[in-house]
Amino acid sequence: MTTEPELKSDYDVAIVGAGPAGLAAAAVTAGCGLSTVLLDENPGAGGQVYRAIETTPVRDPKILDRDYTDGQDLILDLKDTTAQHVRNAVVWSLAQDGEIGVSIDGRAHMLRAKRTILATGAMERPFPIPGWTLPGVMTAGGAQTLLKASGIVPEGRIVMAGCGPLLWLCAYQLLQAGCNVQAILDTTDPAAQRSSIRHAARFATSPYVTKGVKLMAAVRRKIRVITGVTALAAHGDGQLETVTYSAKLGPVDRMTADHLLLHHGVIPNVNLAMSVGISHTWDDLQLCWTPNVDSFGTTSISGIAIAGDGAGIAGALAAQCRGRLAGIAAVRAIESNATGLPDELTVRRDLTHAMRGRRFLDHLYRPSRAFRIPTGDTIVCRCEEITADQIKATVALGVEGPNQMKSFLRCGMGPCQGRLCGTTVTELIADVRGVSPQDVGYYRLRPPVKPITLAELAGLPQTEDATKAVVRL
Amino acid sequence: MSEATRSPLPDVIVIGGGIQGCSTALHLARRGVKVLLIEKDHVGRHASGVNAGGVRRLGRHFAEVPLSVASMEIWQSIKDLVDDDCGFESHGQIKVAETEAELATQRARVERTRLLGFTHEELIGQAELRDLVPAIAPNCVGAIICRSDGAAMPYRTTLAFKRKAESLGARILEGVHVTALKHIGQVWRVESEDGTHEAPIIVNCAGAWADRIAAQLGEPVPLEVIAPMLMITARMPAFVKPVIGAQGRTLSFKQYDNGTVLIGGGYRGRPNRDTNWTDLDFGKLADNARTAAALFPIMAGAEIVRAWAGIEARMPDDIPVIGPSLTSEGVFHAFGFSAHGFQLGPAVGRVMAELITTGATNVPIDGFGIGRFDTVRAA
Repeated sequence: MTTEPELKSDYDVAIVGAGPAGLAAAAVTAGCGLSTVLLDENPGAGGQVYRAIETTPVRDPKILDRDYTDGQDLILDLKDTTAQHVRNAVVWSLAQDGEIGVSIDGRAHMLRAKRTILATGAMERPFPIPGWTLPGVMTAGGAQTLLKASGIVPEGRIVMAGCGPLLWLCAYQLLQAGCNVQAILDTTDPAAQRSSIRHAARFATSPYVTKGVKLMAAVRRKIRVITGVTALAAHGDGQLETVTYSAKLGPVDRMTADHLLLHHGVIPNVNLAMSVGISHTWDDLQLCWTPNVDSFGTTSISGIAIAGDGAGIAGALAAQCRGRLAGIAAVRAIESNATGLPDELTVRRDLTHAMRGRRFLDHLYRPSRAFRIPTGDTIVCRCEEITADQIKATVALGVEGPNQMKSFLRCGMGPCQGRLCGTTVTELIADVRGVSPQDVGYYRLRPPVKPITLAELAGLPQTEDATKAVVRL
Repeated sequence: MSEATRSPLPDVIVIGGGIQGCSTALHLARRGVKVLLIEKDHVGRHASGVNAGGVRRLGRHFAEVPLSVASMEIWQSIKDLVDDDCGFESHGQIKVAETEAELATQRARVERTRLLGFTHEELIGQAELRDLVPAIAPNCVGAIICRSDGAAMPYRTTLAFKRKAESLGARILEGVHVTALKHIGQVWRVESEDGTHEAPIIVNCAGAWADRIAAQLGEPVPLEVIAPMLMITARMPAFVKPVIGAQGRTLSFKQYDNGTVLIGGGYRGRPNRDTNWTDLDFGKLADNARTAAALFPIMAGAEIVRAWAGIEARMPDDIPVIGPSLTSEGVFHAFGFSAHGFQLGPAVGRVMAELITTGATNVPIDGFGIGRFDTVRAA
């Protein structure tokens, strides 16, 4: 593996994202001798789950736990190959013909690949409660990022709220790092709990079960866990001061806090995939948009595949397997006589094992309606400060989807272009209209999927067409 | 059972729900004509919903000047027509000259416009330009200005025309693709995925798809499908009020009240009109970015948050086709606005309604006949 920052103009394979799926895919394609570039916006490989695996200042293995260090194996697999890992590489555009726009250290480049594998992973589901935009409120995943990359932890009284495996893992890691976590406000929906039971037996054979049970037990020993939480809200004057909630439909309780860490599970990060026109379907169980892919990650756009959680949430172990499968498909498409491919059946067996019990988690941690579909003056679009009521009123005018709404509200038109609020906006409109999110659709996402400066864009080489355009006058 | 037998026969079927089709439907409905508009996607889905929103008379092809001037009169009181101000703001449009030679070209243009009897274009010198646009690069020596030109919100405008037309009795069918046109007796039969519709009169406002309708009528036109690209920035401090263009470069530049800056200039992406898809060409957007930074040094640090392109039709002479079909009685065309039809929309609808109901219009449209293309004469 090289970390040469100089880009070539053409590659056999371009992989976006150096998390478990991207690292595994690169090891396959580069291992078979294909020229492979692995573009990742972080200073080091690992993605979210193995963030900063090569450089983390957190040296005590007890804090981040043993699974985190598993990421090192993925890096080792890549080490002996010719794959070019480009750090700090922000991919902001992908066209249907395979052209990629990427910025590295403030310079924009265009490159092409015969095959592109998107391994852009997951993002935390938006968690729009009253007061969620107050300083002091952040996502649990955000807190974990600070811990892994910089060894920074929140100081003062921490309250965590939400549900899902990552919430518990993060609570555990913060405890190990000596943080003052006062309580976990568990929002797991009792109805979801009931519907998950029939999948519990299968989960008992999951590779995650032992770890999960131990971890939750460890957390429960140290942190007060309040279950059946509804009516969650953050309050404060310019800064978080208190958290209110109701437990098991009881009276509203109050807790003082310096930090509220929210988490409601993760959803595929669909921004790049949607922007290139890959078809997606609303997943009614995972409650998110999921790209339509086959078992190799092949999408509706020729030459572009998706691997890992970006193709549907399944976790890091599955992501590795899906990365390998996408890598195998790319190699077969470009070099049919290639040798050194991993055995497909073995990869598929590993994938099946990694996926065991997934449906249990999907059912158990399916966030309740009240936490997905906000009401009143709760902010939905953080960039433009658009509230739930404003969106509802616009739907009443006859606006049928998020794109038409823009002309009225600027919802989703701020710097993030709907990357944070899109899922909430779709579900909210669907709820008011009484139709499915599939019928409402999503923002038409367009490049740049991450902002670039005009100066960066202006730094791209002159085109012949441009010279002609001026002469035409 | 066909749609036609279930509901009263419309007088006119408009094909295409862009600004031209919606305006035509509205003006016909105002005259008491029963209109059915059929749109294959949703109203304003393409060029009419995603263009730069320029409401511009400045620099029009001379054939278009009377139509553009007539449309501006409607724009000045657009709310009276459609019950919505359409976000129209009139802070002027300015086309800057960067050299004395460019300024001389502009002087000649303004003089010719005056000889034709129009006074909306004025030449201004460097001092007034600086006064109006303090952020402009110091090398600019003067400009043409149209003081009451401006810009509006395109999707909101198109939707306002649709709503008003509906309130006056027009029927709008969205998500319905026209598959064939047949003349049967005195009526046109419009076949669609949704069933059959009939009317004695058809208006072809199908934009980038209009050549397919014309070809069915035996008058194929050399229509080019284009996808002009635009980009928009994150919010910036207010630094420019008028819409800015340039004499020697392709640029359209506007800052909204909310601080975001819209940058265009007709650089084209790659459209696919069968899939409604456009791929952007960042090599060309880079040129667009260089132009913006050259004329407005403040732009170097601007953050681009979105770029896009709408699908539309361009004719070889860059002016639209407006008027009756030469092959088919009862059919009228209004398409091919070549990336500058938005401002014309309000007047085009009125002209079409006049042509259909009276057989004539006071606005000169002589240069826009479909017969000007060799392909049509040969057919």
